[in-house]
Amino acid sequence: MTSSPRTPGDSAPKGGACAGADSLLGVLLEHGDPSDSAGWSDHPPRMGFFTDTSLCIGCKACEVACKEWNEVPEDGLNWTGHSHDNTGGLGADTWRHVAFIEQRVPVGEHQPNFQRAPAAGEEGEDGFRWLMSSDVCKHCTHAACLDVCPTGALFRTEFGTVVVQQDICNGCGYCVPACPYGVIDKREADGRVFKCTLCYDRLGVGQEPACAKACPTDSIQFGALEELRERAAGRVEQLHDAGVVQARLYGESPDDGVGGDGAFFLLLDEPEVYGLPPDPVVTTRDLPRMWRNVGIAAGALVAGAAASFAGTRR
Amino acid sequence: MSTEGTDRANDVAPKDDEERAGESHGSEAQVTREGLEGVRPGREARTWSHEGSGQGRRTRRSPRKRRREEAFSSYYGRPVVKEATWQAMDIAGYFFLGGLAGASSVLAAGAQLTGRPRLARPLKLGAAGAIHLSLIALIHDLGRPARFLNMLRVFKPTSPMSVGVWVLFAYAPAATAAALGELTGTGELDRRVRPIADAGTAGAAMLGPAVASYTAALVANTATPAWHEGHREMPFVFVSSAASAAAGLGLLGAPLAQNGPAVRLAMIGAAGELTAVKLLERRVGIVAETYHEGRAGKLMRTAEALTAGAVAGALVLGRRNRLGAALSGAALLAASACTRFGIFEAGLASARDPKYTVQPQRDRLSENAA
Amino acid sequence: MARVPGPLADWPLLRQLRDGDRFGRGAAVKSAATSALRPRTADADRVVKSVCPYCAVGCAQNVFVKDDRVVQIEGDPDAPHSRGRLCPKGSATLQLTTGDSRERFVLHRPPHGADWERLALETAMDMVADKLIEARADGWEWESEGKRTRRSMGVAALGGATLDNEENYLIKKFLTAAGIVQIENQARVCHSSTVVGLGTSFGRGASSTLPGDLQNSDLIVLEGSNMAEAHPVAFQWVMEAKARGATVIHVDPHYSRTSALADIFVPLRAGSDIAFLGGVINHVLSTESDFREYVLAYTNAPTIIGEEFEDVGADGLFSGFDEEKRGYDPSSWQYDGAFVAAAAGQRDQEGNIAALAGEAEGREGTAARGEPKLDPTLQHPRCVWQILKRHYASYTPETVESVCGVPQDVFAKVCELFVANSGRERTTAFVHGVGWTQHTIGSQYIRAASVLQLLLGNMGRPGGGVMAMRGHASIQGSSDIPTLFDTLPGYIPMPHAHSHEDLEQFIAGTSARRGFWGEMRKYTVSLLKAWWGAAATDENDYAFDYLPRLTGSHSTYDTVMEQIKGTVKGYFLFGENPAVGSANTRMQRLGMSKLDWLVVRDFSLIESATWWKDGPEIESGEMRTEEIATEVFFFPAAAHIEKEGTFTNTQRMLQWHHKAQEPKDEQRSDLWFIYHLGKRVRERLAGSQDERDRPVLELTWDYPTEGEHEDPDANAVLAEINGWDADGKMLSAYTELKDDGSTSCGCWIYCGCYADGVNQTARRKPASEQNWTGGEWAWAWPANRRILYNRASADPEGKPWSERKALVWWDAEQQRWTGHDTPDFEADKPPDYRPPKDASGPAAIAGNTPFIMQADQRGWLFAPAGVADGPLPTHYEPQDSPVANSMYPGRQRNPARQVYEHENNRYHPDPGEPGADVFPFVVTTYRLTEHFTAGGMSRWTPYLAELQPEFFCEVSPELAEERELEHAGWATLVSARGAVEARVMVTDRMTPLQIGSDQPRTIHQIGMPYHWGANGYAKGDSMNELSSMALDPSSHIQEVKALSVDIRPGRRPRGAARQELVREYRERAGITAQTGIKP
Ligand SMILES: Nc1nc2c(c(=O)[nH]1)N[C@H]1C(S)=C(S)[C@@H](COP(=O)(O)OP(=O)(O)OC[C@H]3O[C@@H](n4cnc5c(=O)[nH]c(N)nc54)[C@H](O)[C@@H]3O)O[C@H]1N2
Ligand SMILES: Nc1nc2c(c(=O)[nH]1)N[C@H]1C(S)=C(S)[C@@H](COP(=O)(O)OP(=O)(O)OC[C@H]3O[C@@H](n4cnc5c(=O)[nH]c(N)nc54)[C@H](O)[C@@H]3O)O[C@H]1N2
Ligand code: SF4
Ligand code: SF4
Ligand code: SF4
Ligand code: SF4
Ligand code: SF4
Ligand SMILES: [Mo]
Repeated sequence: MTSSPRTPGDSAPKGGACAGADSLLGVLLEHGDPSDSAGWSDHPPRMGFFTDTSLCIGCKACEVACKEWNEVPEDGLNWTGHSHDNTGGLGADTWRHVAFIEQRVPVGEHQPNFQRAPAAGEEGEDGFRWLMSSDVCKHCTHAACLDVCPTGALFRTEFGTVVVQQDICNGCGYCVPACPYGVIDKREADGRVFKCTLCYDRLGVGQEPACAKACPTDSIQFGALEELRERAAGRVEQLHDAGVVQARLYGESPDDGVGGDGAFFLLLDEPEVYGLPPDPVVTTRDLPRMWRNVGIAAGALVAGAAASFAGTRR
Repeated sequence: MSTEGTDRANDVAPKDDEERAGESHGSEAQVTREGLEGVRPGREARTWSHEGSGQGRRTRRSPRKRRREEAFSSYYGRPVVKEATWQAMDIAGYFFLGGLAGASSVLAAGAQLTGRPRLARPLKLGAAGAIHLSLIALIHDLGRPARFLNMLRVFKPTSPMSVGVWVLFAYAPAATAAALGELTGTGELDRRVRPIADAGTAGAAMLGPAVASYTAALVANTATPAWHEGHREMPFVFVSSAASAAAGLGLLGAPLAQNGPAVRLAMIGAAGELTAVKLLERRVGIVAETYHEGRAGKLMRTAEALTAGAVAGALVLGRRNRLGAALSGAALLAASACTRFGIFEAGLASARDPKYTVQPQRDRLSENAA
Repeated sequence: MARVPGPLADWPLLRQLRDGDRFGRGAAVKSAATSALRPRTADADRVVKSVCPYCAVGCAQNVFVKDDRVVQIEGDPDAPHSRGRLCPKGSATLQLTTGDSRERFVLHRPPHGADWERLALETAMDMVADKLIEARADGWEWESEGKRTRRSMGVAALGGATLDNEENYLIKKFLTAAGIVQIENQARVCHSSTVVGLGTSFGRGASSTLPGDLQNSDLIVLEGSNMAEAHPVAFQWVMEAKARGATVIHVDPHYSRTSALADIFVPLRAGSDIAFLGGVINHVLSTESDFREYVLAYTNAPTIIGEEFEDVGADGLFSGFDEEKRGYDPSSWQYDGAFVAAAAGQRDQEGNIAALAGEAEGREGTAARGEPKLDPTLQHPRCVWQILKRHYASYTPETVESVCGVPQDVFAKVCELFVANSGRERTTAFVHGVGWTQHTIGSQYIRAASVLQLLLGNMGRPGGGVMAMRGHASIQGSSDIPTLFDTLPGYIPMPHAHSHEDLEQFIAGTSARRGFWGEMRKYTVSLLKAWWGAAATDENDYAFDYLPRLTGSHSTYDTVMEQIKGTVKGYFLFGENPAVGSANTRMQRLGMSKLDWLVVRDFSLIESATWWKDGPEIESGEMRTEEIATEVFFFPAAAHIEKEGTFTNTQRMLQWHHKAQEPKDEQRSDLWFIYHLGKRVRERLAGSQDERDRPVLELTWDYPTEGEHEDPDANAVLAEINGWDADGKMLSAYTELKDDGSTSCGCWIYCGCYADGVNQTARRKPASEQNWTGGEWAWAWPANRRILYNRASADPEGKPWSERKALVWWDAEQQRWTGHDTPDFEADKPPDYRPPKDASGPAAIAGNTPFIMQADQRGWLFAPAGVADGPLPTHYEPQDSPVANSMYPGRQRNPARQVYEHENNRYHPDPGEPGADVFPFVVTTYRLTEHFTAGGMSRWTPYLAELQPEFFCEVSPELAEERELEHAGWATLVSARGAVEARVMVTDRMTPLQIGSDQPRTIHQIGMPYHWGANGYAKGDSMNELSSMALDPSSHIQEVKALSVDIRPGRRPRGAARQELVREYRERAGITAQTGIKP
């Protein structure tokens, strides 16, 4: 799925109006390894996750392993009644979140004796399936959280991942509304923000992230992003051949609104069904235009002020 | 044991196996005397493996698939993006005060140039006061206020907050100097202060427009639908709202004799704000609901009413009646504040409901597809 | 640009301008702290090899230690069985062991005391030693009904599945020497039916294969197992099989995370599996789709059964039933003109001795036992094959549909897959768990699967077998080295009190003449030597008389009845929580309230430790704390990382876990506890002339100790378990054992785990350096064989049945059995070896008979002995069922089941009786990935508790509508025993079933995870308030997998009103002491 940063019928920002906008845009839209433009010379290959939800058994080992390794606080007992998901979603105290979706959809010969009448409003044959999927920070190629961080607490590592430096973050909270996936959040008691670090500390010594290591079924696959993308392509083909027509990759394309995710997924339904945005776009793609309009607006203010004095010298 | 049995089994067994092999694909792997052969990693497991196979389900999929794209679906109605964790008082307040300060500095400079000291005076004092309050609000909102200065570690053009902070660090002293000039008398020392104050006035006037407008980029540069979708119009909403605030301050503080420009700026600002907000609401599509409903709706409507009232008041009484001018001024300030708080609340509301995140993206996808 | 001097040099702003990170988004803004970042796994001083303390998958763990404290625990990637992966529980091990929910000091509750008080560890130990001696004396009986018992009924113990083998060994050794017989552990309530079912069918009561071999299956049938949730890490092997094209079927009352990954999910009515499996058996027999060569050569299909045998009729009874005794005399099930002893189950029977009277008097053995007669044509009307055919003829697809609620087309599909994926070229594996074992006819569930696997020729072959997914970290170990009443280490039966039975008679009556059980005397004498050393001599029958004797069942449930009666004065809980985990928890608490004293050893204050101050009966006012005389001692237990020893996992693999840190404060290992308790008791009894005390005083109890706490050396204990010869040399195999007292061995099946004086269980050869069986990772019993009966993977001539299913085969050049696994056969015995007529023991095993533990070396399709409720699996309804037994109208329930008559253990009316419809819904219970059993290791562990914070019940939308249950609201569930409240989960995963043929009806099932209790972080009612004590007669397991209840919207009444509600239901259902107890 490709998506342009521009809303149809809108012209790209031209130079002049806001000097530097183009060079800024250049960086904001660049393809390839984001570490290059982040000042890393001869860095390791970009590392990431391929989370294949078709292999997930919803065990939540990833959630627990993450909390244990990163000493993330337990965040309260609330029973949601949302299938087996009592975690809710990613946040300051949840860096891996396993979603559970119970669906009445046709599942072909799978479970021939498990025919549930289709849910209201949906036609088609009976059937039922239970989707499980482990969500995590996407480590975007073009990461809004990182772009907007005024302190440099958020930074791009040599592995191409996006990490909060807890000794720097001053809790300005800007990254929170900036993330198009609603991942990063503020730990109110602490004042700072937290999210998946892709186990930056472990990567540093060549160790696999805790969540991926624990995953009993390899639903979470960690590795060099390039290899993962190849493997994922093959996997989708394999599933399509097996008749799993709605298997699709999410966040793997460098052409999407965030330049591709460092942590991408194989889904069996539309992204929003899993609580993911169908076409996320990094907000800073529009920033040059914003700066241009800010410039124009600022000028307008001066003009307006001038006008209000026009011919009033007494 | 008897051979009969074996023989019998012998001639049936292989046939059985052929039949069996036909019926179901078993494992492709085998355990030979050499060991495991044809092994595949578990991550290639065929899950949902019978989906659509042979049963022609695949063909039947597409229509219902389209249906689902149309129908808005979410994960138990949970938000897709996170609401800003900002406190309204701090951040909306900081937008309002920043706008007030920036625009006031511009208007003040004009007043000074055109010899309207008693219009300039309240504007300079107001600008200085406002900018310090806005800085306090900003710091107060930090999770770790003690680390405010970390903002000066870097300069990031990709971060309106970073850019803004640097601008503020230049602007605040200037505005302060300008204000100090207003507090000086005729003494020897005062004479020496004046040039600094004038420089301050000039500097504040030059940075004022930036101060008044960058916060528009700050809110718009987020994934919050009500803010981001309106990123083109937001700067105009912000400056015009700032202009009317400054005008309001002028009307409030200046004598009838010198408040003419304030009255005119009030007209310009109000007109600008009303149109810009309308354009923004048109642009953001269904997300506009968040500007009309709930707290945001109330605030936006109040702002509109106040502005209208203030403009009328200024036109009729602005130059004749000190009290009327003052009231219109106060109304303009209130209107500007309501606009900022309204926009702030609309943002939170739009982040809370996944519909406003998913629907526009879905529409965009189908448009791109078409 | 120019270098900037001094501190400014690392001002990111300048680095930003200088170092090419123009927009300050990477290298330039990296902070000092970030640069200093190091993972604690890299900074650890040592990495200690360990094993997950939760479940029986036994995932290998690396424990990272810094400054002598554990800082991280994760999977060991080298492990062939777990490959470094851990489920949420294993991943929470760090918080479990180093978190702050563990108690650190001894607590004491004086009789009638209102609360806990601290008590010094040493004082507590002295007090417990004195109380043990006193209670033992109180309950002592030399005789019972005129038969010598030499035992004390005054003390009982429960728990062991979480303990090391070494700990269980010392507990069983010491308590048995003290004359205590009421020793039980989780194995009873968990998989005891598996031991009986598999043991009688194949010779060994343990899983025949390992999860890792499932990767070679063509078809995997998960039935009675929720593998993806209960054994997530083992489930990776099912995924491997799927990747290779295998089909996975899940047959289960509730759609779980396992079902979600299966190719075919078959919902069935809880408690109806024998009808389902019987249907498949019937399909195989009637279509002759069996693997005939295998069946003829390796099973007892051709064996002819005696004339006295009568199969069940409409009355649902086999021959030999005694209404009075509520049980069978199995002698009429024997082979025609022969007597064969079972390899497991009911063995030391009075009847045996009679049957063998001749032999016992030293006459020619085989004569007394006779020769089984065979009809290879399978035509003889009394041959097993024909009996089987007749028995299962009524298990038609129509029956399956009407009894199980499985539509005929689905059933046909399942049968088709079974047949297509078995035979010469393909193999099918059964994976089962406690969904099969926990029924009043549980042992027969396992038997039914065994029969099917034998018919289809799947035993002993790659990708085949019966994979029993067991429970706790060492539940298998606590069955092998049993803290169980009915066995001695290595499945030697505990002797029953018979009219003057000596060692000879005992051996004769319990062991087969042929096969490896023919060596029973060697195993037994060596065990007695290990326990009583020099005091065990030929003259005194090797102290055989020191063993206390059984009189019937002393299962944990019988013990509860004894407690209520007041016979039992003292009770040890070694890591078990019956107030939550055992059936009818109310009875459990009632029993404990009648004790003089209770010792609880655990991590936290579990419900079984605090019922006297906050149990449901206190809340309801039925009990008052100050009136409860029970004195309670709580001892904080050391965790697995604080002690060394072995766990035996679900694949019979003993893994040694090393010590990583010292326990804190008064926390001690169970090994320390039992050893020092034993020492104290021996000191106090020293010099006693009382014959009663000799077994205690003459017991070998001198283990080297180490460290400040004087921890006994687990190595020494494991060495004793392995055994040594006359000159103290470590034995390397049980074949070296002697029956003349010259060898000593604490558990014959574990002999070899310390071969050459090397701890074989500590071996950790990486998976990458060996084949899939992982033969060099740790050590598996027996003799490090990983796949049992693997000789059956080759045909009678020793050639693999199929070259794509080769496991072990006869190598003619080498004149040895060779292959991928240690042959489960004498390595040099050629396929054409035929034993001389009067041979006995191993020598009597022919070269073409793989089931070497069996009396006739054949897999038992028909069990002539060992199973208390019949030679063939037969469908009976659960104790409490809303459905009438349409297959045997005269017999609603298993006639031989054990029931208990007590006002707090009432049963539900038979279907059709008035009041039957008061409890119209079927309840089944199960596990969630996120919690562990009764919750002691998960409800106190925040990272797990938060994932499943509340007790809930799962109901279908249909039932929700019928009973006005609101999703996420509350429901109250009521049985004749109790009432509980749970949150309501309305889900499509629960589906109503259509059953009954003549008058079809809808059956609603309710699913309930059972992990909650009143204590801990995540709290909730306990499911087992609802269940009843009704047991399988062979395994004495409780029925908690299928019962009936009523469900209503809203929360349950509080206080006294709670039992009021139950009483009201009982009255409405007209329940009396007689309800549901007739055979
Ligand atoms: N996460 C987790 N893992 C565990 C444990 C735990 O508590 N939590 N406990 C450990 C222990 S002690 C044990 S024993 C094992 C048990 O592991 P399992 O045997 O898998 O445990 P259960 O989930 O109790 O039961 C298995 C399945 O049997 C089904 N079932 C119930 N009644 C019937 C029936 O009549 N027929 C059939 N065919 N199926 C039925 C249930 O719906 C359930 O899906 O797990 C061990 N591992
Ligand atoms: N309704 C229903 N009831 C069931 C079942 C079911 O499926 N349904 N399943 C049954 C089964 S299979 C089982 S196994 C039982 C389990 O029932 P229990 O065994 O009673 O449950 P656990 O919570 O595992 O209890 C083990 C205790 O041992 C403690 N422990 C752990 N390690 C150690 C140690 O090293 N030393 C000591 N001293 N203590 C330790 C733990 O903290 C825990 O409290 O429940 C049974 N009950
Ligand atoms: S997902 Fe959100 S938090 Fe993660 S990198 Fe992208 S923008 Fe940042
Ligand atoms: S909250 Fe912390 S990480 Fe997020 S933008 Fe502000 S300083 Fe950066
Ligand atoms: S990569 Fe590390 S930090 Fe990120 S989710 Fe996995 S375990 Fe947590
Ligand atoms: S650990 Fe793996 S299988 Fe388990 S929930 Fe997470 S992603 Fe799914
Ligand atoms: S609980 Fe069982 S499956 Fe989970 S990690 Fe521990 S041993 Fe492995
Ligand atoms: Mo268990």
